[in-house]
Amino acid sequence: MYVAVKGGERAIDNAHAWLAEERRGDPNVAELSVAQIREQLKLAVNRVMAEGSLCDPDLAALAIKQARGDLIEAIFLIRAYRTTLPRFGATAPVDTAQMACDRRISATFKDAPGGQVLGPTFDYTHRLLDFQLAADGEVPDAPVAPPREEATPHITGFLNQEGLIQSEPESDETPPDLTREPLELPAGRPLRLQNLTRGDEGFILGMAYSTQRGYARNHAFVGELRIGTCVLELELPELGFAVEIGEVELTECETMNQFAGSKTEPPQFTRGYGLVFGQSERKAISMALVDRALRWKELGEDDMGAPAQDEEFVLYHSDNIQATGFLEHIKLPHYVDFQAELELVRRLRREAMSSGHQEAAE
Amino acid sequence: MSEYNFAYLDEQTKRMIRRAILKGLAVPGYQVPFASREMPMPYGWGTGGVQVTAATLVPSDTLKVIDQGADDTTNAVSIRKFFERTAGVETTEKTAHASIIQTRHRIPEESLTEDQVLVFQVPIPEPLRFLEPSEVETRKMHSLEEYGLMHVKLYEDISRHGHIATSYAYPVKVEGRYVMDPSPIPKFDNPKLGDMAAIQLFGAGREQRIYALPPYTQVVSLDFEDHPFEASKADHACALCGAEHSYLDEVIVDDSGKRMFVCSDTDFCESRRAAGHVGEQAA
Repeated sequence: MYVAVKGGERAIDNAHAWLAEERRGDPNVAELSVAQIREQLKLAVNRVMAEGSLCDPDLAALAIKQARGDLIEAIFLIRAYRTTLPRFGATAPVDTAQMACDRRISATFKDAPGGQVLGPTFDYTHRLLDFQLAADGEVPDAPVAPPREEATPHITGFLNQEGLIQSEPESDETPPDLTREPLELPAGRPLRLQNLTRGDEGFILGMAYSTQRGYARNHAFVGELRIGTCVLELELPELGFAVEIGEVELTECETMNQFAGSKTEPPQFTRGYGLVFGQSERKAISMALVDRALRWKELGEDDMGAPAQDEEFVLYHSDNIQATGFLEHIKLPHYVDFQAELELVRRLRREAMSSGHQEAAE
Repeated sequence: MSEYNFAYLDEQTKRMIRRAILKGLAVPGYQVPFASREMPMPYGWGTGGVQVTAATLVPSDTLKVIDQGADDTTNAVSIRKFFERTAGVETTEKTAHASIIQTRHRIPEESLTEDQVLVFQVPIPEPLRFLEPSEVETRKMHSLEEYGLMHVKLYEDISRHGHIATSYAYPVKVEGRYVMDPSPIPKFDNPKLGDMAAIQLFGAGREQRIYALPPYTQVVSLDFEDHPFEASKADHACALCGAEHSYLDEVIVDDSGKRMFVCSDTDFCESRRAAGHVGEQAA
């Protein structure tokens, strides 16, 4: 009569087999290739790379396929793989001023050197379902212009010339790495930025949105948003100089925020910064807003008690792999704890009822 | 799985974890921050315990993994399989045969020996977390030995319910210094923590903390003189093996909601039955 919880092992094997079958779906429908995902679901691939903290479009595409399109699951696969990779070096800091831009817009100046380049954006599409795509996804060639040869200067650079925007302290210090050291607070800005760039897009978006709606409001202008490829250089000790080892697609967002000035600083604009792998605009802008909100202390602003200002709150809850793991673990067995609670509640009820009876009798 | 190092983690990472373990053993009950790695199982499913086990295992070890006291709960099976694949160590369900036991939510009924290591999976290592959500604040409270808040909480329980209304993850004080979360074991298991012959290691992966109890450490469950700590369990004997002093699971056995009570420690229960002990409902 007592059915023991035996057979866990067989249950797991069978569940995995079923999962594999579900992943494949109807075998009469052609199987997705990793290359198709990489090329045609590129924004999903970008998100998996950004939050997985690993720049490898093929692995990210494979993870998406294996995860049946569940991006957080795909990010998890990438993170778990990343753990096992040895570190053989660190590249020189990427110079985003040298970015070959596919897209570069400024919301603060109508025109600037380098121009406004829309690039491949959804921004001005009408969100009408394109039923044509259901039948045939072939597209005519897009018009091509000669690429800009010279580097595109940063918009904030122009404000800097007038001293209108706060300049950041320069430092050659190696930034900390929260994938190698435990997160300890208070965190400096580099560590916060690392946390934000690999944080959950939805969480960072929600935090950023809350600042726009008045929880630590600090109106942000998108001074510049640029997307393009940057060269990666690695210093080789044997050679004594840096060599190009590849390139990486990045989205960078710099915001300009109001600042009233303080006792030591005249009124000037301040910055928020976002940098994310791939074309990840929403994330980069969100990151910049949250970065700015978290800087209240160093800029001498008031603590409004807003969630986006609370470094511990933001940094401890941004990671979707941590969050989803802990959230979903509550479906694991908790018989033992629940049993202990059951006994306690029964006892408390017994005592409450008997004392209730006593009172009624008195 | 030959492309992975013994027990999955690379040697540098294991060394980092071992340093944290040693520090934890040197300062019993103190939560040592460590650079927890992403493991191939989700946070919250035992990544801390898995990392501690991975850093502790050597090829000659025999590993036992239990969840809720049982060897065959799904997550215990999954973790045991993980180490079978990545470390190739021998595994066992026999408590006495294991050199390392990774556990979630229980301490085995059978006394452990000096040759054994017990590894706990810990979800929230901070005993003060639900009284004070900020890590910055709770670390300060530990360093100042400022545990008044915890006593107030326990006192409020007594004034409201007549009892301390904590039935698992019941806080303890280690060697008169650190207040420690024993992981969500039922408070029935708390008395086993103190003066134990085996090494007890606690790993919290997501929260990036390791702490430890060296053998024969003094561990006291928090209480008051007039409300002494009491280890409690269901007031029954095991229906299968008749044990009267083991922790019991309650199982609903039919549509009318009839219950039976059985040992949560499956190895303990099976050994007793093999030795001829018979409970009320043993088939």
